[in-house]
Amino acid sequence: MIGKVRSHIVQEEPLVFELSSAGKRGFQLPALDVPAADPAAALGAENVRGPLEGFPEVSEVEALRHFTRLSTWNYAIDLGMYPLGSCTMKYNPRAHEEAARVEGLAWAHPYQPEELAQGCLEIMARLEEALAEITGMDAVSLQPAAGAHGELTGILLVRALLETRGNPRRKILIPDSAHGTNPATAAIAGYAVENIKSNARGMIDLEAFPGLVTEEVAALMLTNPNTLGVFEVNIARIAEILHEKGALLYMDGANMNALVGVTRPGDAGVDVLHLNLHKTFSTPHGGGGPGSGPVAVKRELEPFLPKPRLKREGGRWRLDYDRPQSIGRVRAFYGNFGVLVRALAYILACGAEGLRAATLDAVLNSNYVRKALEPYYDLPHREPSMHECVFSDQRQARRGVRTMDIAKRLIDYGFHPYTVSFPLIVPGALMIEPTESESRRELDLFIQAMIAIAREAEENPELVRTAPHTTRTSRVDEVTAARKPVLRWRPGS
Amino acid sequence: MYPDEFKYTREHEWVKVEGDLGVVGITFHAQQALGDIVYVELPKVGSQAVQGKAIGTVESVKAVSDIYAPVSGEVVEVNETLTQTPELLNRDPHGEAWLAKIRLSAPEELERLLSAAQYRDLVAEES
Amino acid sequence: MRYLPKSEADRRAMLEAIGLESLEELFSQIPPELRLSEPLRLGPGLSEYEVLEYFREQGRRNATYPSFLGAGAYRHYRPSLVDVVASRGEFLTAYTPYQAEISQGILASIFEFQTMICQLTGMEAANASMYDGSTAMTEAALMAVRITGRDRIVVGAGVHPEYREVLRTYARNQAMQVVEAPYEPESGATDAARAAQLLDGRTAALILQSPNFFGVLEPLQAAAEAAHCAGALLVHVFTEAVSLGLLAPCEQADIVAGELQSFAIPPGFGGPYAGVIATREKYVRQLPGRLVGQTTDSRGRRAFCLTLSTREQHIRRERATSNICTNQALVALMATVFMTVYGKQGLRELAEQNLAKAHYLAGKLPRRFSGRFFNEFVARAEGASPERINRALLEKRIIGGLPLGRFYPELADCLLLCATEMSRREEMDAVAEAFADAAGGRM
Repeated sequence: MIGKVRSHIVQEEPLVFELSSAGKRGFQLPALDVPAADPAAALGAENVRGPLEGFPEVSEVEALRHFTRLSTWNYAIDLGMYPLGSCTMKYNPRAHEEAARVEGLAWAHPYQPEELAQGCLEIMARLEEALAEITGMDAVSLQPAAGAHGELTGILLVRALLETRGNPRRKILIPDSAHGTNPATAAIAGYAVENIKSNARGMIDLEAFPGLVTEEVAALMLTNPNTLGVFEVNIARIAEILHEKGALLYMDGANMNALVGVTRPGDAGVDVLHLNLHKTFSTPHGGGGPGSGPVAVKRELEPFLPKPRLKREGGRWRLDYDRPQSIGRVRAFYGNFGVLVRALAYILACGAEGLRAATLDAVLNSNYVRKALEPYYDLPHREPSMHECVFSDQRQARRGVRTMDIAKRLIDYGFHPYTVSFPLIVPGALMIEPTESESRRELDLFIQAMIAIAREAEENPELVRTAPHTTRTSRVDEVTAARKPVLRWRPGS
Repeated sequence: MYPDEFKYTREHEWVKVEGDLGVVGITFHAQQALGDIVYVELPKVGSQAVQGKAIGTVESVKAVSDIYAPVSGEVVEVNETLTQTPELLNRDPHGEAWLAKIRLSAPEELERLLSAAQYRDLVAEES
Repeated sequence: MRYLPKSEADRRAMLEAIGLESLEELFSQIPPELRLSEPLRLGPGLSEYEVLEYFREQGRRNATYPSFLGAGAYRHYRPSLVDVVASRGEFLTAYTPYQAEISQGILASIFEFQTMICQLTGMEAANASMYDGSTAMTEAALMAVRITGRDRIVVGAGVHPEYREVLRTYARNQAMQVVEAPYEPESGATDAARAAQLLDGRTAALILQSPNFFGVLEPLQAAAEAAHCAGALLVHVFTEAVSLGLLAPCEQADIVAGELQSFAIPPGFGGPYAGVIATREKYVRQLPGRLVGQTTDSRGRRAFCLTLSTREQHIRRERATSNICTNQALVALMATVFMTVYGKQGLRELAEQNLAKAHYLAGKLPRRFSGRFFNEFVARAEGASPERINRALLEKRIIGGLPLGRFYPELADCLLLCATEMSRREEMDAVAEAFADAAGGRM
């Protein structure tokens, strides 16, 4: 087999509950320097719980080995390329982890007096300023905890602004290529969703668009570059059309990795956008979070941003709660501060030049992969690609091999799969986003693997259909998992 | 495959008239398109179904599909066994896996539905 | 740029393969007037040393004194194992476990997490975590609205004020009405009978935090009965997870929503934390967020996968149960390691130490409320303002409690104090002395 990056480790490990035996412990508390309190007397006997049945009872070394063994069952960026389209799985520099663990930052309490939290406030202010510069927007809120949370905040801001103009309006336009979060967000914000069709080039149809922007439309939620990896070339005109009708342009910044240092959404007329710090700004995904989803807005939306806001006064930062037009809070405290530290560390490490260089490399990598795979995979949209490219499984499907099969076979070659079956407007989509973090050697290995799979699909489709073959766990039965959900361990199960 | 005594919708539901009741289900083609069905959301007994409006959903692992009422009327009975064994919909969509019984309030609606022959043509077109 | 693994020769060769002359040509489709003509005003890139020095400098500008602040963010010891595990690249740098075959480590750890949360809360199903406690509580309210088909929420005034603010932000756009149930001025707990009067045929849920924002235990049992009588659900909220080591879960609660920060997550100026929602099996399909389920692989071996995903936004789009797509996997992992290391006996002993410390401190201070409490309580400042007492403590390099006036004007003379296993006796004695100085007119 060619170009295999690594083989998968097979290690056995039960669940921690199955490792437990009564009386074992992995901790020791310090000696108590005050008199013990009797729980029944202090809390009322009826409020005191019995033993935590089934809870783990293991020693420290068993605990460490347990989680270390589990870790070997995962793929990760540290092990190789992670070409998940629209997820921007880039390198996570470890110095940024160290920055987030600096004692004065990690142990800062959200309610400690502001004069004793100037370091934290300074970091937040500096990040707000940097993100405003990068996006070409006027103000930034760091409060939202993740991308979808930022989206919701952004749409609530749109609603708040339109309400002050007398009518919040009724619906949000969303292109059919959009991520499912967009319509979910619009609905949670109390808006009806109108899906709009992309044209043959995968973009907004500029001829039909003005007719769709009625007095009922609050905003268009646009992803740029869109989920086909195509830059919306008419974005400035789209913004004008919306503005003429009193509607706003919301940009989903999930694909900002294609734009940083090259072009700024704010300059194209975007009114509000969210960023995913865990994508563009390299904070680790951690197996599904934590993320952070700052929202950037133009000046007229600034009064509505979540409170509190940072305010400079007498040479110091403070938190301003006196924001009568604010949409309120979207979460407790001020945001995922630890993630903000990592993102600012990334921006500082890269500087203006490094950020732009990263964008150039990200787009270079995607075009390099696209060029190399075009002879082997169907490319349904031929517009220039930005940071990701989208193929379809049309050729392989003739042999009964679908995009999910190719993805699973890629695992055997030592790679994480690309994004499968998304965007929905491409049947059988293979969505590939290499990011800037891949060397030419790693890209070549990936390309070789994809070409080898294309050949296997012709010569031995069954091999691909039943992949992966080399992992500890083979394809899992998701149907039974959904029909008869088992969501927790029980003794004897 | 598609019984002649049933009437069909373009959204792939069927209805079989039994007296003043319409027994409603989804077609073989519908379950095949969905794949392994893992969950069924049935209408509430006593609720009013309106022809063409959603009365429930069927779910596969990665998709959710609305069930549209082929006829209007009060839902008088639902097939509770489906909540525990949704796989029945894959095994016997035209028989044991009926979804609901609706007391027909506008029997003339049946004429707007497809005959078995017309439905067979529709399926042929779609696949 | 050290994060970019390419030489200039690599780039040239790759451009050549694509058939381009320069990197700029990759962007030729972007209208020229939209392309940046000058560099971003962000300055040059810094070395690792410079970057870390910047953050260390900011860290030094913050105080790291012993503190008696709680109020939703608690100071607890973090076992070394937590960061050792969470720093492993296989956890830290992995994506959401959609590809089950190469994500079993994350999936198994989440399955363990869900199990431990059930064991702690007495519920039957828990999700893979939420953003934080405030959003978990809000999602619990939305869930109750879906389950009951009603649109009104009664929330205790003893619920964390910022959590209530978040609930109101969401409610405003969901045509959901939020009503507050007052606390009893004497005990600091909600009067279950008065709360019951606020429940009507439109009420989807009664939400109480216990221990509440004042640290006081709420009458959850009576509240659950009142809620059920009115056809509403009882949502039990917690902010101090360590209390679960000692306090009996409310068996009649329908949803438990809380914050896990106490389980090995540093206060970190407010985040990232991890929220959790747990509920009864019959409501599982209304749970928001990710869920991991047990199944088998094609060779019949135990395996785990994300499941019931049709509830989620990427499939159901505008009809999803929630627009949330992330959980806080790494934070939940830290909590899982914490729960494993402390274990069955340790979690109880930890809770007992917290109880002992807080009751030691409370014994020396004028308590404002009579209700039973765990590791937080409200003390009345006598003879000087809460702010003045805090300033006196700061001179001794101790951060005092939270002055309550900003959240409860009627408690402007009060401080909320929290003692944990990390609070030392001499620090607590110093707090008592400051209160005594104030009361004795020596401040």
